[in-house]
Amino acid sequence: MNLILSAKNLSRICSYATVSVLFFTVPTVYADWQLNMREGVTEISRAIYDLHMVIFWICVAIAIIVFGVMLYSVIYHRKSRGAKAHNFHENLYVEIAWTVIPMVILIGMAVPATGTLIKMYDARESDLDIQVTGYQWKWRYQYLESGVDFFSSLTTPQEQIVGDAEKTENYLLEVDNPMVIPVGLKVRFLITANDVIHSWWVPDFAVKKDAIPGFINESWTIVEEPGIYRGQCAELCGKDHGFMPIVVEVKSKADFDIWVSEQLLAQAEKAKSAEKRWNLDELMVLGEEVYTKSCAACHQASGEGIPGVFPALKGSLIVQGDPAAHINLVLNGKPGTAMQAFIDQLSATELAAVITYERNAWGDSLGDIISPSQIAKMKQ
Amino acid sequence: MSTGTEQLVESELDTQEAHAHHGPAKGISRWFLTTNHKDIGSMYLWFSLVMFMTGGCMALLIRAELFQPGLQFLEPAFFNQMTTMHGLIMVFGAVMPAFVGLANWMIPMMIGAPDMALPRLNNWSFWILPFAFSIMLMTLFMEGGGPNFGWTFYAPLSTTFAPPSVTYFIFAVHMMGISSIMGAINVIVTILNMRPPGMIMMKLPLFVWTWLITAFLLILVMPVLAGVVTMMLMDIHFGTSFFNAAGGGDPVLFQHIFWFFGHPEVYIMILPAFGIVSEIIPTFARKKLFGYSSMVYATSSIAFLSFIVWAHHMFTVGIPLMGELFFMFATMLIAVPTGVKVFNWVATMFRGSMTFETPMLFAIAFVVLFSIGGFSGLMLAIAPADFQYHDTYFVVAHFHYVLVPGSIFSIMAGVYYWLPKWTGNYYDEKMGRLHFWLSFVGINITFFPMHFVGLAGMPRRVPDYALQFADFNAVSSVGAFLFGFSQLLFIYNVVCCIRKRNQATDRVWEGAHGLEWSVPSPAPYHTFTKPPKVD
Repeated sequence: MNLILSAKNLSRICSYATVSVLFFTVPTVYADWQLNMREGVTEISRAIYDLHMVIFWICVAIAIIVFGVMLYSVIYHRKSRGAKAHNFHENLYVEIAWTVIPMVILIGMAVPATGTLIKMYDARESDLDIQVTGYQWKWRYQYLESGVDFFSSLTTPQEQIVGDAEKTENYLLEVDNPMVIPVGLKVRFLITANDVIHSWWVPDFAVKKDAIPGFINESWTIVEEPGIYRGQCAELCGKDHGFMPIVVEVKSKADFDIWVSEQLLAQAEKAKSAEKRWNLDELMVLGEEVYTKSCAACHQASGEGIPGVFPALKGSLIVQGDPAAHINLVLNGKPGTAMQAFIDQLSATELAAVITYERNAWGDSLGDIISPSQIAKMKQ
Repeated sequence: MSTGTEQLVESELDTQEAHAHHGPAKGISRWFLTTNHKDIGSMYLWFSLVMFMTGGCMALLIRAELFQPGLQFLEPAFFNQMTTMHGLIMVFGAVMPAFVGLANWMIPMMIGAPDMALPRLNNWSFWILPFAFSIMLMTLFMEGGGPNFGWTFYAPLSTTFAPPSVTYFIFAVHMMGISSIMGAINVIVTILNMRPPGMIMMKLPLFVWTWLITAFLLILVMPVLAGVVTMMLMDIHFGTSFFNAAGGGDPVLFQHIFWFFGHPEVYIMILPAFGIVSEIIPTFARKKLFGYSSMVYATSSIAFLSFIVWAHHMFTVGIPLMGELFFMFATMLIAVPTGVKVFNWVATMFRGSMTFETPMLFAIAFVVLFSIGGFSGLMLAIAPADFQYHDTYFVVAHFHYVLVPGSIFSIMAGVYYWLPKWTGNYYDEKMGRLHFWLSFVGINITFFPMHFVGLAGMPRRVPDYALQFADFNAVSSVGAFLFGFSQLLFIYNVVCCIRKRNQATDRVWEGAHGLEWSVPSPAPYHTFTKPPKVD
C-alpha cells in the first residue's frame, strides 16, 4: 500500500516538475521542435503521460548518478594525472545493493503501470460502438447502433506530396470523411482489418490498437473536449502506409445526433441517385474522380499499374473483355490479392462510373456504358 | 582473465618457427579453401564491412528522402524496400558476421587453442554468406522489387501481399540461418573442448563467455526463424493457411514465432559486445574487472530472460491483460542484470589509471550510449506507455541507440583493440580518435532527435511525414551523412594499418592481459599448436 502511495506522490511531484521545466512545455500542439509526448484529452492519455514522465525522470536520476561517477573517474582517475590503479574487486554488499535497489524502483514503477493498464482494458458499458476496419490504404467506420457507414481516406493532393504545390497546414493529416464522435461519452472501437495488419492510432486519446484481419480488437475512449484530433496508421501496411491518416471530430452530443441523421439521409440519397439516367460524359467525370481516389494508388493514374506488383488496366483483357467479368472483379475483388471488394466501399453510381471510366479512358475507348441501375440491382 | 593464464611455454615459440613453412596457401585458393581460423575471421570481418557500407548506403538513401517532407528521391514502394533491406543487411550481414569474425580470430587465441574445433565447417559457414546475401540483394532487381515488408516481415503483408521475390528472401534467410547455426556449434565445441589444462570455465575471458552464451541463443532460436519462414513458404506456394485468417490461420501467430526468435536475436547482437567492452575497459583502466563472476551470471540471466519477454514487441496486438502484465514485468526485470553490467564497468573505471586510446573511447561511449538505449528500453517496457511509443520513431531511436553505439561501436572498439595483434602494426592513433569523435557526434545528431519526433507522434517506416516533424528530421539526416562518411576514415585507417609498417609490441597495450597478447605481433598463422600452461 505504501508503495502505491509513494508511486502516486512521485508521479504528482514529477508532473509538477515537468511543468516547471521550460524545456518540456509545449506551446501549441503542432509546434515544430516539439520534444515531448502529448498529454492528450482523455483520462487514460493523461495517466499514460504521467507514467511516461515518472519513468523518464527515474531514468534521468539514474543517468546522473551513473554517468556522474563515470565522468568523475574519467577526469580524476586518468593516468596522465598520475592516478594509480587501486585493484579492488568483488564486493558482496555493493553487488547486493545494486541488484536490490533497481528491483525496488522497478516494483514502484510496475504498480501504477498495472493500474493504468487494467483501466485501459476495461471496455465495458460503452455508449457507442464503432467498427474500425483497416483497408490498404484507408479506414472504414461503421457505427453499429445507427448504421452510419463510410470510408475515410487521405485528401492531401498529389501535387503537394511531390512538391508541385505549397504544403498546407494539415499536410498528410487530412481526410475526406472524418470519424465523428460525441464528447464525454464512452466510445468503444472494434478494430479489425480487411487485408494486412494496420494499427489505428490517435495520440491525443492514447488509443493504439492493431487492426488484424480475422481478429476484432477492442479499445475505448472518453474524450473530454470537442475538437479535431489527428492520427496515423502505425503498422507498416504496404506502399501507402504513410498516407492513411485518421481524423476524429469530437462534437457535442446534440451536434453528433444531427450529424448522424444527416449521414443517414445522405446515404439514402446516394442510393437513390442510381435511379437517375446517366450519360457517358457524366459517368466519365464522376468515374475519373472515383478512380483517382480509390484505384490510382495501385493501378496508377495512367492505368499502367506497377509491373510485378499491381497489374495494368490499360490494355488489360478484363477491362477490354466481357463487362460482366469486369463488374464482378470490381464488386467482389480477388481474394488473396490486394484487389479489394468495392461493393460496400462505393455507391452503385460510383461503381458504374468508375467501371465505365476504366473501359473508356486511356485511349482504348469501348464506348460502353455501365448503368448505375444495373449495378444497384447487383448490390441488393 | 586472470593474469596467471598467459604463461607461454618456451617450446611453443619453437614450434611456431618450425611450422613457419606451413603458412597459408598462395593465391585466391587460400581464401576459398582455408580452414584457418584467422583467415576465416578476416573474411568474416571484411564481408561484414562490405555489408555495413551497403546497408549504410541504404540508410543514407532513407535519410535523404526524409530530409524534407514530401517525396523527393524515392517512390514509397522503393522506400519500403530500402528500410527492409537496411534492417536485414545490418542485422544479418553486418553485426552478426562481424561478431563471428571476432570470435574466429580471438576465441582460439584467448583460450589457447590451435584453431576452431571444426575448421571445415568453419569454412563452409562463412562461404554460405556471400551467396545468401547475393540472393537477397538480387531481389532488388526483380520484377515487383525486393522485400518491402520491414525486417520483421509480418504476415500477411509478407505472404499473401508480398512481391514474388519473397521466395528468394526466404531461401536467403534459410542459408543465413544454416551459417549461423554451424558457426554457433563451432564456437560451443571449441570453447567446451579445446581449452588447455587449467583453463577452467571461470577463468575464460569474458568475450569467450559472452560468445558461449550467444552461441547457445543462436542454436536455440535460428531454427525458430527457419520454421517461421518455412511456414511462410508453405502459405505462399503450397496453399496452407498458417497465417491466413481466411483459411483459419492466425496472423498474430506469426508475430509470436517471429519474436520468439527476434528477441533473443537482439541479445545475440549485444552479448558479444558486452564481452568486448569487458575486455577493453580493464585494459585501459589498468585494473581488474570489478566483478568477473557477477558479469558471467548477469549475462546468463539476460540470456534466460530473453526467452520470456518476446510479446513486449506486441503490446498493441490485443493480447489479454494477464499476458500483457506478465510480459511487462518480465521485461522490466531485464533492467536488473543489465544494470549490474553497467555498474560493473563503471566500478572498473573507478579509481583506475585510465588512458584514452581509440578502443577505450569507443568502449566508454558504448557504456554511456548503450545505457541511454537501455533507459528508453525501460520506458518502452511500461506497457501502458508503450501504447503511445509503439511503432513510432521513439522505438527507432531506442534500437538504434543499442545497435549503433552499442553493437557497432563495440565492434569498432574490438577491431582497433586487436588490429595491432592481427597486423603487427599500430593503426594511426590520431586518425582513430578523429574517427571516434566524428562517429560519436554524428550518431547522436542522427538518433537523439528521433526520440523527440517519436514522442511527438511520427510513425516508423513512412516515406513522408506531417510538417511538424520537419525540423528534427532535417537534423537527423545531417547527422546520418556525417556518421556515414566518417566511416571512410575507419576503412582508410585499417588499410593503412595493414600496409604501413609501424611495428606493434607483442603486448600491444600496456595494461593488456590474456593469452592472445602472449603470442608475437602479428599473430603467426598457427598459434598454440601446443597447449600453453595455465595456472
